[in-house]
Amino acid sequence: MPPIVLTVNGKRQSVDVAPDTPLLWVLRDNLGLTGTKFGCGIAQCGACTVHLDGTAVRSCVMPVAAAAGKRVTTIEGLSPSRSHAVQRAWIADDVPQCGYCQSGQIMAAAALLAKNRSPSDADIDAAMTNICRCGTYQRIRAAVHRAAQEA
Amino acid sequence: MERREFLQTASVVGAGLVIGFYLPPGRGRMPAATGPFAPNAWLRIGTDESVLVMVDRSEMGQGVATSLPMLLAEELEADWSKIKIEFAPADKAYTNPMFGMQGTGGSTSVRAAFTPLRKAGAAARELLVAAAAQTWSVDKAECRAEKGAVIHTPSKRRLTYGKLAAKAAALPAPAEVPLKDPKDWKILGTRVRRLDTPPKVDGSAQFGIDVRIPGMLVAVIARCPVFGGKVARFDATKAKAVPGVRQVVQISSGVAVVADGYWPAKKGRDALEVSWDEGANASVSSASITQLFAQRAEQPGAVARHDGEAETALASAGSKLDAVYEAPFLAHATMEPMNCTAHVRPDGGGVDIWAPTQFQTGCQQLGAGIGGVAPEKVQVHTTYLGGGFGRRFELDFIQEALEASKTAGAPVKVIWSREDDIRQAQYRPACYHRFRAGVDATGQPVAWTHRIVAPSIFARVFPQTIKNGLDEEAVEGGVGMPYTIPNVHVDYLLTDTGIPVGFWRSVNNSYNAFAVECFIDELAHAAKRDPYEYRRDLLTKAPRHLGVLNLAASKAGWGTAPPAGRARGIAVYKSFETYVAEVAEVSVASDGAVRVHRVVCAVDCGPVVNPDIVEAQMQSGIVYGLTAALWGEITIDKGRVQQSNFHDYRMLRLAEMPHIEVHIVPSSDAQGGVGEPGTPPIAPAVCNAIFALTGKRIRKLPIGKIV
Ligand code: FES
Ligand code: FES
Repeated sequence: MPPIVLTVNGKRQSVDVAPDTPLLWVLRDNLGLTGTKFGCGIAQCGACTVHLDGTAVRSCVMPVAAAAGKRVTTIEGLSPSRSHAVQRAWIADDVPQCGYCQSGQIMAAAALLAKNRSPSDADIDAAMTNICRCGTYQRIRAAVHRAAQEA
Repeated sequence: MERREFLQTASVVGAGLVIGFYLPPGRGRMPAATGPFAPNAWLRIGTDESVLVMVDRSEMGQGVATSLPMLLAEELEADWSKIKIEFAPADKAYTNPMFGMQGTGGSTSVRAAFTPLRKAGAAARELLVAAAAQTWSVDKAECRAEKGAVIHTPSKRRLTYGKLAAKAAALPAPAEVPLKDPKDWKILGTRVRRLDTPPKVDGSAQFGIDVRIPGMLVAVIARCPVFGGKVARFDATKAKAVPGVRQVVQISSGVAVVADGYWPAKKGRDALEVSWDEGANASVSSASITQLFAQRAEQPGAVARHDGEAETALASAGSKLDAVYEAPFLAHATMEPMNCTAHVRPDGGGVDIWAPTQFQTGCQQLGAGIGGVAPEKVQVHTTYLGGGFGRRFELDFIQEALEASKTAGAPVKVIWSREDDIRQAQYRPACYHRFRAGVDATGQPVAWTHRIVAPSIFARVFPQTIKNGLDEEAVEGGVGMPYTIPNVHVDYLLTDTGIPVGFWRSVNNSYNAFAVECFIDELAHAAKRDPYEYRRDLLTKAPRHLGVLNLAASKAGWGTAPPAGRARGIAVYKSFETYVAEVAEVSVASDGAVRVHRVVCAVDCGPVVNPDIVEAQMQSGIVYGLTAALWGEITIDKGRVQQSNFHDYRMLRLAEMPHIEVHIVPSSDAQGGVGEPGTPPIAPAVCNAIFALTGKRIRKLPIGKIV
């Protein structure tokens, strides 16, 4: 099998894995990018959310072969030094509790704001379907609005 | 905590610089920034002005990585912006004085540390002040500490802590240092920003599942689907044929497929052929458990509370109420699935454990046993925890990693799938409550009997605490029923079901609050009284319950009409020494789906360390309890859990989030915890609101659809 080539956080990467390996595990186990999390493996929770050519996708159900030749952005590549408007808003509102879901939440929010610069509550409800077991949803909503305002 | 306990802790850790303990150089895990000034187990001040606080409780979202340093920093007069944290290793110095072990749970962290950490900060500050006074040859009384420096007030000379560290380290320990008056607090009681937020927004916070060790392999384990079952035989041929699978080894919980990464390990496990000896529980089902509970409820249990003569009072009461309440098993579903990385070196070469654990002492002892070494040769590296909720007090996943590493001869990270997590846990006990109450002609209750039938967590983990069939922890919320009723009888039937039970956020309180707070609502209705006023009138001897009840009711606008199509329900409950009342505003859609729009929460937890964290914990506890109340249910068929992942073990999502308002009662009463007490009142508050709206009384959780 030839290696699979993809661009991760602006860097060309060539990985030698079974083509059905989910992108999530390539990021975590092969590339050492552990900021993207495993929560369910069945596209239910969103902990594994990354951007594929700018769109939020759940990397646990995306075979790495489907990302070949595409641009992948993970939480590590979202911004240098936590400067993305969403990250700044997350800090301002102290959103995280355990923090485990938050990479995925932030990537989902960043993708939403890239498409919709001032989302309504209904837009946020529709786009932010990631699970947070710590129940940080109220602060997530506030921080998305803050990020929209301050972006 | 009392001074006596604090001194006990100090004496356990032995003599040292100030109040106890000094990590000798060259130990396995020294703090990254070792300063010359290490006056106690929690603090290191470096010549570079760094102030490192060793956080000796597990950060699982509840905020200890911020609240514990706040306690120390307040008395130290530290510059908060210089505070750095590190998670403490397993060591007797870090014993939780409320447990006698190093562990995090029971909403104890701040309560237990409130005095010792402030004293540690105060003693260190005294030494730094003394060092400055000595340097300047002035009287200590002319010096004060402020924002990480000592200032000589008359001359305005100033020396930072970093410059004083070396000298302070050589000084003798001060005698008892008085603590600040709370009115002088600068850090405590304020909304200090969390220290763990920045690494949690850029992916750099290291959770257990993120640990990577050179030469590490990843294991996924096949376990018997029936609780208590064992491996009969297995054939590893197909598993080993998966590229990347290195070894297939049997361990006590099942068969571990050890591979280069999670994906090959999981594929290997899927391909593995195992036959199981399913054991005694293969015929257990949810129906058989309910039947067992109902049967057991017919007989008297171990007496947990007995005031007056409830049976006699019942017999002569004007009217009687009789109800059965039931609640299901629940899984914790921490966002980060269970995992642990262990390296058991051969020939007694020591053990390392990297884990998202709530129980460091347990890890260390287990590592010593499996590694064949003294506990001091087991280094426990606590990572961030992606949720705990009691599940990470268990050691099953730790033991698996230790055994897999030992057998495979390499560092091994065990990762559970979500399916493993839902199906192989220690569940919140399912339970059955039988109530009877008698009321007089005016509707006042004269008798209350409450029989609790449930499996016992303590019978599994601390069997020595069960006396005459009574698990005092299991009945706590029933015994603590706060209403003034002259005749009360509470009893308990410890009933094993074969399904393992464990600590689930708020423990017994989650089910006892539901039962007690719904049944008192039934009494209010029978008395034709407003449920808030009825409670209020029966709580005259419970001032802190009453305080939060009144506050929640007034902030929720109790007595005013709710928005059209909605109704309100109320509940009040004490757990972990904290008092919480919640008012839920609820509607029911035409398809029967329950929607909770708004929750007003009032909390009295005594002195507050960080109100922002208290609010966050109330919100979190409410979401946790609400998720369970609406949909949470683990059911059993043929000894197996029927749910497996988030599609059939449903979680509340953002679109379903109620607006939560938290009101904190200013209080200097005894301090309580905040990680759990938000959870118990929400289920009864919602169920009581559903009754007010629809007339349907929910006596069995989850609520599901109202039809
Ligand atoms: S891990 Fe991908 S959606 Fe849950
Ligand atoms: S912050 Fe813990 S799961 Fe979201």
